[in-house]
Formats: sequence, C-alpha cells, structure tokens
Amino acid sequence: MLRHLTTAAAVTLALAGGAGIATAQDGPFEMQIAARQGIMAYRALQLGTLGAMAKGEVDYDAAAAQKAADNLMASVALDGSMLWPQGSDNEANPKSEALPAIWADGSDIGAKGKAMVDAATAMQAAAGTGLDGLKTAMGEVGGACGGCHKAFRVPQ
Amino acid sequence: MRLASVIKGGVAIAALGVIVAWVVTRPDPLPDDAFAGLTPDVAHGEQVFWAAGCASCHAAENAEGEAKLVLSGGMAFASPFGTFYAPNISSDPDHGIGSWSMQDLGNAMMRGVSPSGQHLYPAFPYVSYAKAETQDIADLYAFLQTVPADATPSRPHDMPFPFNIRRAMGGWKFLFFDTDWVLTGDLTPEETRGRYLVEALGHCGECHTPRNALGAMDRTRWLAGGPTPDGKGKFPNITPAALDWSKADIIEYLTSGFTPDYDSAGGHMALVVQNTAKLPETDRAAIVAYLKKVPPVE
Ligand code: HEC
Ligand code: HEC
Ligand code: HEC
Repeated sequence: MLRHLTTAAAVTLALAGGAGIATAQDGPFEMQIAARQGIMAYRALQLGTLGAMAKGEVDYDAAAAQKAADNLMASVALDGSMLWPQGSDNEANPKSEALPAIWADGSDIGAKGKAMVDAATAMQAAAGTGLDGLKTAMGEVGGACGGCHKAFRVPQ
Repeated sequence: MRLASVIKGGVAIAALGVIVAWVVTRPDPLPDDAFAGLTPDVAHGEQVFWAAGCASCHAAENAEGEAKLVLSGGMAFASPFGTFYAPNISSDPDHGIGSWSMQDLGNAMMRGVSPSGQHLYPAFPYVSYAKAETQDIADLYAFLQTVPADATPSRPHDMPFPFNIRRAMGGWKFLFFDTDWVLTGDLTPEETRGRYLVEALGHCGECHTPRNALGAMDRTRWLAGGPTPDGKGKFPNITPAALDWSKADIIEYLTSGFTPDYDSAGGHMALVVQNTAKLPETDRAAIVAYLKKVPPVE
C-alpha cells in the first residue's frame, strides 16, 4: 500500500517536474511577446472606461473620457517597431496569438495599423465633447481593433 | 403469371415512388402576383441589405468600406457535402443578377429557386430569408440595382456526387424547409421586431443553431451553438443559458464588436458585427430583447 502511494507520489512529482521544465524552456522572443500583449491589454483597459460610458453603465464624464482617449492614443503612438520581430508568431512560440500572416508577402498589417491610428485620433477628438461623439468613435475603434484581430490573430 | 403480376406491381409501386419523389422534389416558386402593388423604397432596401448580411458572403473576402458593395462573390464555405462559393450577385447583367426581375430575387430568397427553376443550395440562407416580408425583398431588389456592376465570373462549387445534383435538394427542402417562427407566444413589439431580425433577415440561427446529420437546423436546440462546418471551431451558445451578458453588453458587442472585457468579436462574427453596426440602435436593442426571450438551452 505504502509502496503504491510512494509510486503515485513519484509519478506525480515526475509529471510536475516535467511540466516545470517545459515552462522553464522559453520560446523565442518571450519579452517582445509579453510587451505587445501588455500594450494590447492596456488598450482594452482604456476602452473599459470609454465603453462603460457608451453602454450607460456609468454617467458620462468628459474629463475621464478624455483621459482614457489620450491614453489610448499614447498606446497607439508608442514606437512598436521592436515588438514584432520576424519569428515571433504563434507557430514559433505558442504563447503568442500572432499569426505568421503578419510577416507574409503582401500583408496589409500596415494598413490595419493606420486604421487604428485614425480611429484613436477620432476618439481623442470626440471623447471629451459629448456622449454621442464618444459612441460613434467607439464603433470606429472597435472596427479597427477587430479588423486587425480578424486578419492577424488566432481566432478565439 | 403470379410472378409476372408481382413484378408488375413492383414496377407500379416503384413508378409511383418516382412520381412522388419527382413531385416532392419539384421547385415551388412564389405565386406570380407575390410582388404586385408594392412600391420599392431604395433607402430602406439598404437597411434590409445590412440587416440580412448579403455582403458578408457576396463581397470579396476581406473587402472593407465601399468595396463591401462590390458583390462579386467569392466567399468559400466548407461543408461535409463539398465546398460552396458565393456567386456574383452584382448588378452586372451577364455575371451578376442585373437582368433578374423582382420575382426572380423573391424566388431565390424565399423559395431557394433560381430563375431557370433549379433548386439553390441552403448554404445561401434562404431557409431564414423565407420568413422575410415581401415589401423588404422589393426594397432590397431596388437597392441591389444601385450597387456597382462587376464582371468577375462566379466560381463553380466543388461538390461530389450526389450532392452536386440540384434536384436532390428538393427532398431536403421538403423535409426541412420550415418557415414557422421558432419563438412563439406573447411578444412585445420590440421582441417581435427582434424575432424578425434574428430569425429572418439576420439568419443568426444558420450559425448558432446546431445542425442534424443532413445539415438542417435543429429547432429544438435553437441558438444553442455547435461545431463549425469545418469541425475546427465552435459557434457559441447564445441562449440565456450561456450568454449571461447584460443587455448593454450585447448591444455594444453588436455595435463595436467589443466583448465585456474589450476583446473583439472574432471569426465570422466580426463580419456579422460589420452589418449590425450599420443598423439603427433600436434594431440592435430589439435583437437583444429577443435573445433575452428565447428559451435557455444548456
Ligand atoms: C495592427 C493590428 C492590431 C490592432 C490594430 C489591435 N490589435 Fe490587439 N492584437 C493584435 C495581435 C497580433 C495580437 C496577438 C499578440 C500576441 O499574442 O503576440 C493582439 C492581442 C490582443 C489582446 C490579447 C492580449 C493578450 O493578453 O494575449 C487584446 C486584449 C487586444 N489585442 C486588444 C486590442 C484592442 C482593444 C485594440 C484596439 C484599441 C487592439 N487590440 C488593436 C493585433 C492588433
Ligand atoms: C451565408 C452566406 C450567404 C449570405 C449571407 C447570402 N448569400 Fe446569397 N448565396 C450564397 C451561396 C453559397 C449561394 C450559391 C447557392 C447555389 O449555388 O445554389 C448564393 C446564391 C445567391 C443567389 C443566386 C445567384 C445565382 O446566380 O443563382 C442570389 C440571387 C443571392 N445569393 C442573393 C443574396 C442576397 C440578396 C443576400 C442578402 C439578402 C444573400 N444572397 C445572402 C451565400 C450567401
Ligand atoms: C456566419 C456565422 C454567424 C452568424 C450568421 C452569426 N454569428 Fe454570432 N457568432 C459567430 C461566431 C463564430 C462567434 C464567436 C466569435 C468569437 O469567438 O469571437 C459568434 C459570437 C456571437 C456572440 C458572442 C457570444 C459569446 O459568448 O462570445 C453573440 C452575442 C452573437 N454571436 C450574436 C449573433 C447574432 C445576434 C446574430 C444574428 C444577427 C449572429 N450572432 C449571427 C458566428 C455567427
């Protein structure tokens, strides 16, 4: 009986150890992937503030809306050139959800990025001026985020 | 003698079977006066166009903005029965449907029958569109005449025998072409509008309702989700049993594509959102009122 338990424990330990080794062995471009995912999450956080107003969950607050829109714009304006090295796609490193199509010939990732800049600029101009403008800009931003995800991110 | 009569009887029964099958599988077009006396409204036709999502399938893949109105066809649909390609339905008279009459469009959308009297495949969601109002089809017809002509030839479907026989669709239709509303009972005007947008024009059930072995929607599990036709993904359950988002959350999703945690709608739903985003907010609210009303299915 005890022997059995010991064997089971040994097996469990071996499994746990194996798992530990697997995660310790990092794939390529861990830092870049973590950084860009963080920037994406930061955008989602700003949209949380704007979206709560668009949905009517909280009262419209021009100053808070402007701040979130400014932050969104700042995240879009960040120099991201070092964040997307060739070989950091989801096939090279499963921690990423970025599709290899980003780096393929004829990829229009640049156009998708431009659409994001345009939408964030429109949001920055509208957010502080009233709820209707914020709502319209929200649709544009949603289209820009979603348009790039549809083309270049692993489907959820 | 006895044997002969048995054989004769057998032949007669077989012949009868063939006749029944022929009748059952015969295309069943609309009455000739289905559109009599209707005056089309082009501006409203554009609303019908977006509500019905024609561009999602008939515009070139990844088309955006104005290009969504170039209905040159192209979207591919993998299915267990073969691969379908959405045809050119631009206003081009040769490669599109520029020479079709209003009656022709009505027959295609509401009966799944082409102008030459052939059955269309239900990858074209006419099982849903059949519930549309004839006035809406008339308006849509007028709008479709205003979209650009494009001369891209339609791509033939890749279908193995026997699914490549259009006549075979007749039996399928006879069994599965059910145009009754799924949600019945007391509905508010908003819920009734929502039912029209979800069950008829928006054809939400075509993706979100699981299908039986022959590819027909299982109405007992309405909107309860299921595997995608290629088997690789899943359509989520959007009955209240699974979709516990607030009304405001779902309206926002159908407007900007943002989920409650500000991730974006993905896959084919991203295309659907491009359409629902163009509807009046009251229509999106109606869709949500309906979704909150459908029976929860685990
Ligand atoms: C130009 C393309 C592009 C645009 C525009 C874009 N994203 Fe992304 N997003 C991506 C890609 C690619 C990934 C996957 C990154 C990875 O996992 O390596 C991603 C991932 C994400 C994630 C998941 C992050 C994680 O933790 O894994 C969130 C959330 C997100 N994006 C939100 C947004 C929001 C909100 C916007 C709009 C304000 C937006 N994105 C705009 C390309 C884009
Ligand atoms: C889910 C994708 C999808 C949507 C949405 C869709 N269609 Fe189609 N459509 C198809 C496919 C696939 C066919 C080919 C059917 C066949 O060959 O039997 C088709 C065929 C047609 C045809 C017949 C064309 C011909 O040359 O025979 C017409 C007309 C048509 N669609 C119009 C429309 C209109 C109008 C809308 C919007 C109200 C629409 N479709 C929405 C997929 C779609
Ligand atoms: C062409 C197929 C298709 C059609 C048509 C379609 N959907 Fe979807 N829907 C999807 C897919 C795929 C997802 C999952 C998207 C994702 O994972 O990001 C989805 C997700 C959703 C969700 C979010 C559910 C969740 O739990 O994440 C809602 C709500 C929804 N759809 C409502 C609708 C409504 C309302 C309609 C009709 C107007 C509709 N859908 C028509 C394919 C479709």
